[in-house]
Amino acid sequence: MIENLELLIDVCLLFFLLLIVFVAIKTTNLFVATMLFGIFSFVTALLFLDLDAVDVAFTEAAVGAGFTTVLMLSALRLTGAFENVKHRHSILGLFIVVLTGAALIYGVADFPNMGDANAPVHVHVASEYIQLTQEKIDIPNVVTAVLASFRGYDTFGETVVIFSAGVAVLLLLGMGHVEPKHEPEKNLVLWVVVKPFIALILIFGLYVQFHGDFGAGGGFQAGVIFASGFILYSLVFGESYARKVVPSSILPRFAALGVLIYGLTGLVSLLSDKTFLDYSALSSNPVSGQHMGILLVESGVGLAVFSTVLLIFYSFSGVNHNE
Amino acid sequence: MMINSMLSDICLLLGGIFTLTGAIGLLRLPDFYSRLHAASVTESLAAPLLIIGVMLDTGFTLDSAKLILIIVVMVIVNPTITHALCRAAAHGGITPKMQSESTQKNKLQTETEFSSKEPK
Repeated sequence: MIENLELLIDVCLLFFLLLIVFVAIKTTNLFVATMLFGIFSFVTALLFLDLDAVDVAFTEAAVGAGFTTVLMLSALRLTGAFENVKHRHSILGLFIVVLTGAALIYGVADFPNMGDANAPVHVHVASEYIQLTQEKIDIPNVVTAVLASFRGYDTFGETVVIFSAGVAVLLLLGMGHVEPKHEPEKNLVLWVVVKPFIALILIFGLYVQFHGDFGAGGGFQAGVIFASGFILYSLVFGESYARKVVPSSILPRFAALGVLIYGLTGLVSLLSDKTFLDYSALSSNPVSGQHMGILLVESGVGLAVFSTVLLIFYSFSGVNHNE
Repeated sequence: MMINSMLSDICLLLGGIFTLTGAIGLLRLPDFYSRLHAASVTESLAAPLLIIGVMLDTGFTLDSAKLILIIVVMVIVNPTITHALCRAAAHGGITPKMQSESTQKNKLQTETEFSSKEPK
């Protein structure tokens, strides 16, 4: 009965996703489409949660629904809220789309069943990771162990990708300059409610950062949550104040520092005759070395993500202010 | 235990009813502000009721404490968001559909005058 119920929820959520996509394609109002994509991300997060992928759901809710929506709204202020009405229906486009869709559906036929224990994902290295997490790393959250230790190279790559995204936005748009005259109007209700909530958001971000070994969360989610506190501050109190709290000039340095912390952690183990990112070199006891390595690496990721997210937000709104 | 499960049923039922009325209001009410009102009922009344219903059913654990925190956050944040949305809408020039009968009559009269004048 319970399994059937979960399946029912999954099917409903998937149907909901399809519905949202169709409406988002049909609407010509880009504002509505942006909001629909925010809802899409939330429903995806629910789907991940239902599939017991809590860390992924957390990331999707923080990045997909939260930060991306804010970013798209900032972009909409540059482009205007309406799609060009001129539509060209080409038969070639339809043909390509139908062909791609057919190929994808054909590919789905080869997928293993959901929850199949003999699926390639489960027989390759996953069981090894789950066993070795207990022995060598000794933290409850296997996802963090895989992300920060077993697949440390991949996560390093992801951090560099995020850093380079920030650099690209900085090169294209620049930081901008915000005059204090563009302040949002004073709103006492928002001020009173938002002030304590910013503190709560920042504490929650720190909790997610340092509790990632034990529960859902980690550097990526924490960085976005921490940055969203500052974004909220700049939306309610005005961006020139936010730029006084976190000056725009230090953000690129922080982002680079985050990537450097990650890379230097790997370099330390390389210098003490271990492989790159082998954390057992960091301490005489290999297990506590792993703990320390994961802590360092996660804080590097958190710092890089936080400063990149805030940097992109500053760039977009800086351009908006100067228009 | 009996009382708990009964109370939880009542809470869940009430929460369901408020969700339904909120959804109907969101679809059927005429203008932005009244729709916002309907939506905020769902957020600040139905959702806490549903959470309390679930909490009573499962008994008090550490998770219930977290759920209570979520209720507190919802009850504070949702009216604030509704307020901010309302202000933004008023700032953006959306007027409520709240014309009294006399103004409507005047408008109708002017419209008919215009339409009758135009053919000449």
